[in-house]
Amino acid sequence: MTTPTAPAPGAALSWSLRGHSPGDIPIVADGQEITPDWAWGGSTGRGVRVCVVDSGVERDHPLVGQVDGSYVVIKDDAGIRIEPTETGDTCGHGTACAGIIRRTAPDCELYSVRVLGERFAGTGDVLLAGLRWAVEQRFDVINLSLSTTRPQFTDALRALADEAFFGRSVIVASAHNTPVESFPWRYSSVISVGSHQEDDPELYLYNPKPPVEFFAPGQNVTVPWLGGNTIRTTGNSFATPYMAGLAARVLAKYPKMTTFQLKSVLYQAASNVSVSNRGAE
Amino acid sequence: MTETTSHPTEVDPVARELLQSVVDTARAIFGAEASSIFLLDEKADELVFQAVSGQGEEFLVGTRFPAGRGIAGWVASTGEPMVVDDLSQNGSFARDLAESTKYVPDSLMAAPLLHSSGVLLGVLEVLDPSPQARSSLSELDLLSLFARQAATALRAVLDRRALRGTEVPAAALVLDGLDPADRAAGLRALDAVRDLLLAP
Repeated sequence: MTTPTAPAPGAALSWSLRGHSPGDIPIVADGQEITPDWAWGGSTGRGVRVCVVDSGVERDHPLVGQVDGSYVVIKDDAGIRIEPTETGDTCGHGTACAGIIRRTAPDCELYSVRVLGERFAGTGDVLLAGLRWAVEQRFDVINLSLSTTRPQFTDALRALADEAFFGRSVIVASAHNTPVESFPWRYSSVISVGSHQEDDPELYLYNPKPPVEFFAPGQNVTVPWLGGNTIRTTGNSFATPYMAGLAARVLAKYPKMTTFQLKSVLYQAASNVSVSNRGAE
Repeated sequence: MTETTSHPTEVDPVARELLQSVVDTARAIFGAEASSIFLLDEKADELVFQAVSGQGEEFLVGTRFPAGRGIAGWVASTGEPMVVDDLSQNGSFARDLAESTKYVPDSLMAAPLLHSSGVLLGVLEVLDPSPQARSSLSELDLLSLFARQAATALRAVLDRRALRGTEVPAAALVLDGLDPADRAAGLRALDAVRDLLLAP
């Protein structure tokens, strides 16, 4: 792989594909050829349980459809606990993520755990509690379009991400939108996602220069928002649920697949990855 | 959303001028209808309009709303920037915002103002940027870069205030023991020392 032009000053650290097209990052991989059709063709994600850890999901949004369970992380003097909730979405962001998952994997089961919107939740412990709960519930796919920059949570998040990996709950996590270090998307046990700038709503790429492993559509995306409406928005947050939806489709088709197999399949089926035949010669 | 005239996130004239210049500049960069800065009042769990340029300039400063809610709340809680378009079609959003700001934007950009320690100072919002400045990754980048610069400047001002705040009580104990003439002289001396310490 070659990089034809040096990145602009200040743009070297970016968790998204900026100023480059898919043709700039071709990857030749070893292994069996895996096509998108083999990976998720014909699958609608039926029966796969997907959890959105975010600001909640609006009930009865036409572009989200049925939400099979809504929970909230509550933090007060008694500590942190998770309860079922009738509240919807405090922002619109979680509804947007749920809508992208629904569009990609229309028959999956959708669940929501709200980690934002109670009190100002800048500390990370509520996020950690919500993610831990989702892992304990053994959701097949956990969409986390959030991260924390707080170093005191990194060890706990890493342990939790490993637990999810071995427990066959795949955490699909957004890279930060600005070039700062945050977690858990940074860990190899999760599927991390940034944005590309192409208009194709189904195009995704593998990044030859991780830590961000996948680039998916994250620019000017039409998404459901509060009040049954839609808006257009931009950011890695919206690239992530596309990959979560694809993961749900693959897992619906191959329910025994482990998280490491799933990541390999998504890698081999990425648009910029082609398989070399040399090993067979 | 409640309105109040008190300013628990009290800012001195230098901070006020800085915040105003940030929102004026943000508005100019993005060709926007309005720009505002909210500072976090952590104790009250609220975001407070601290500076406004454009629409709402006359009446929004001092207005507060819950810190975890809405787009500004999401940005404040997650430390991530956000750009959204087509909001005017969005009933509930428009109603919420219209009630509080009397202005319904079609497009909104928001970025966190972060201390280098990761602690949130507030949120910078840009309302109705020019059409070419909408919903692209490069605009998100530009907004974040500008917010970082604004946060750095704001931090310098706030740190200066904190420095002043810690010195005065200690000095006050000493000054209290002096007669009025000596106290006046002492205060002048303290001012001179402070100016010296804070000189660039």
